[in-house]
Amino acid sequence: MKAWLLHLGVLALLVLAWFVLPPYHTGNLARILVLAVYAQGFNLVFGYAGLLSLGHALFFAAGLYGLGLSIQQFGLPALPAIGVALFFSAAVAAVTGYLALRTRGVAFMIVTLMFAQTGYLVVLYAGTWTRGDEGFVIARAARTLFGLDLADERIRYFAALTLFAIVFLSLAALVSSGFGRSLVAIRENEERARLLGYDVQRIKWRAIIVSGVVSGAAGAAYALLFGYAGATFASVQYSILPLLWVLLGGPGTTIGPLIGTVFMFYLVDFASEITDAYLLLVGLALIALTLFLPRGIAGELRRRGLTWLP
Amino acid sequence: MEFGPHLVLALLEGSITAAVLALTAAGLALVFGILRVVNVAHGEFFMLGAVLAWFISTTLAEAFGAGPAIGFVAALLLAPPATALVAIAADRLVLRRIGYDPERTIVATIGLLYVLQQATLMSFGPEARPVEPPFNTRIALPWPERVDGSWALGWPWGFGTTSYKLFVIVAAVAVLVGLWLLLRHTRLGLIMRATEQDRDMARAFGIPVTRVYALVFGLGAALAALGAVLVVPIQQAHYLMGGDPLLLSFIVVIIGGLGSVGGTVVAAVLIGLTDGVVSVFFSATLAKIIATLLVAMVLVFRPQGLFGKASAR
Repeated sequence: MKAWLLHLGVLALLVLAWFVLPPYHTGNLARILVLAVYAQGFNLVFGYAGLLSLGHALFFAAGLYGLGLSIQQFGLPALPAIGVALFFSAAVAAVTGYLALRTRGVAFMIVTLMFAQTGYLVVLYAGTWTRGDEGFVIARAARTLFGLDLADERIRYFAALTLFAIVFLSLAALVSSGFGRSLVAIRENEERARLLGYDVQRIKWRAIIVSGVVSGAAGAAYALLFGYAGATFASVQYSILPLLWVLLGGPGTTIGPLIGTVFMFYLVDFASEITDAYLLLVGLALIALTLFLPRGIAGELRRRGLTWLP
Repeated sequence: MEFGPHLVLALLEGSITAAVLALTAAGLALVFGILRVVNVAHGEFFMLGAVLAWFISTTLAEAFGAGPAIGFVAALLLAPPATALVAIAADRLVLRRIGYDPERTIVATIGLLYVLQQATLMSFGPEARPVEPPFNTRIALPWPERVDGSWALGWPWGFGTTSYKLFVIVAAVAVLVGLWLLLRHTRLGLIMRATEQDRDMARAFGIPVTRVYALVFGLGAALAALGAVLVVPIQQAHYLMGGDPLLLSFIVVIIGGLGSVGGTVVAAVLIGLTDGVVSVFFSATLAKIIATLLVAMVLVFRPQGLFGKASAR
């Protein structure tokens, strides 16, 4: 009960934010909400199933280019393009997840990293269509959904919030369901879960596919709402960022990804005004988190009394 | 030029890649073998070596008017130990505190990668900077040609190499032989191998395991830096130059069997030569796509590496 109140309260605050915050911050917040969807997709695999993937940019980029290219190259309207993006990211997650799950631990991390690197190089190689690093802009005329102009500031904010709310609530329901609990069981003690008769490989595989679809949805939303697709979003950096957001916010908590994304976004925003080397801050944050705060903000709150925190 | 000379040139360029790669990857393999952790910041130690080499040689040239030869020798002697000190500091401040936990180490070394790279950007700047080679005589190479129905040696235009490039190969081989002697025939090497086989048993026999770890982490970084000092007169120093060596070292270490230094060297030669030949005749991006995908598949289907025996990990 407390948990549902918390979730609805967070969403109510986000609605309120549009009316009280100045345009600069609501613009940022629209971007943060989309990125937080990506972080939530990553959190399902990393925080709940305990699988550290270093290649989630592959799924984000699958959604981004799945949508971007089907609009740009095939002239699809936005709605079917979203369908293509979701299907494409699910397929990519199913295939790479199946292969990567044959390995474990450090090998899993390297294999996912290599798959994502391959994806990044393919984006560069297919420069005729993707225009590589430079990327391409999706025309404003193509960015309408149900007759709404997604380039409009207000519609964009609420579109991002709607996607965030859907993912936020469904993932909260998913992780408290039997499936979510079996993921935690696998994370805590894989041998025991197997002994109890769970098909561990299959459960992990499903988690990766769901996570891939959510990450792909974030990528598609990013392309649709902000009208741009470029190779940067497929690079290693975009595999590391969700890890950083989730680590900061609290892996294995439902509100952690949002907290982490908000904090890190503003930290980087602040640092990039001072210096070009703002990635230095990302590095220091990663080191400091592994050293001093391995449970993240929400995880630490949960440990210090708020035991009901989902 | 015809196909033959082209191929020889490609193989020659490939041997230089292989020589530098063997040094860098041996460092990564050593760290993985003994500490059982993957150092994602390894490429940045390579970059630090190159940047320090530039810094040392230009400082000497500006302050004392030293020639390129003196600058190069000073860089060769000073840059690897300096990089090793940075690595040992990172080991003390970070890796030791998280108990060399494999997964947390990867996250922490990703952080270290950004810190080293961006700190270099802030101090050294975004430009690529050249280092003058100590010697650079051009060596033209002969090629058999058919003249008037009989074979004779011709000197095709542009077919040749430089003395410095040959030196890089010789120096890398010498360092690798030295590393092999260190590991196999000295007391320090014995201690390192004992720690590799069973760290608890080694500790029980009074080996200061944490100090061995710090030393090996430093040695691994020094090998990467040494490779960079050797290659920087050919390649130029740049703050983003660590990416490619990291990726290639990963590939080499995985193909060569995780942690085995011998297998790593064989794999480095193989990958270096292939890289040289492929990038002359095919698109570099396509070559990289195939190589990365291949490595992922090797890990998926043959986790012990192509040359490795099935091991504990």
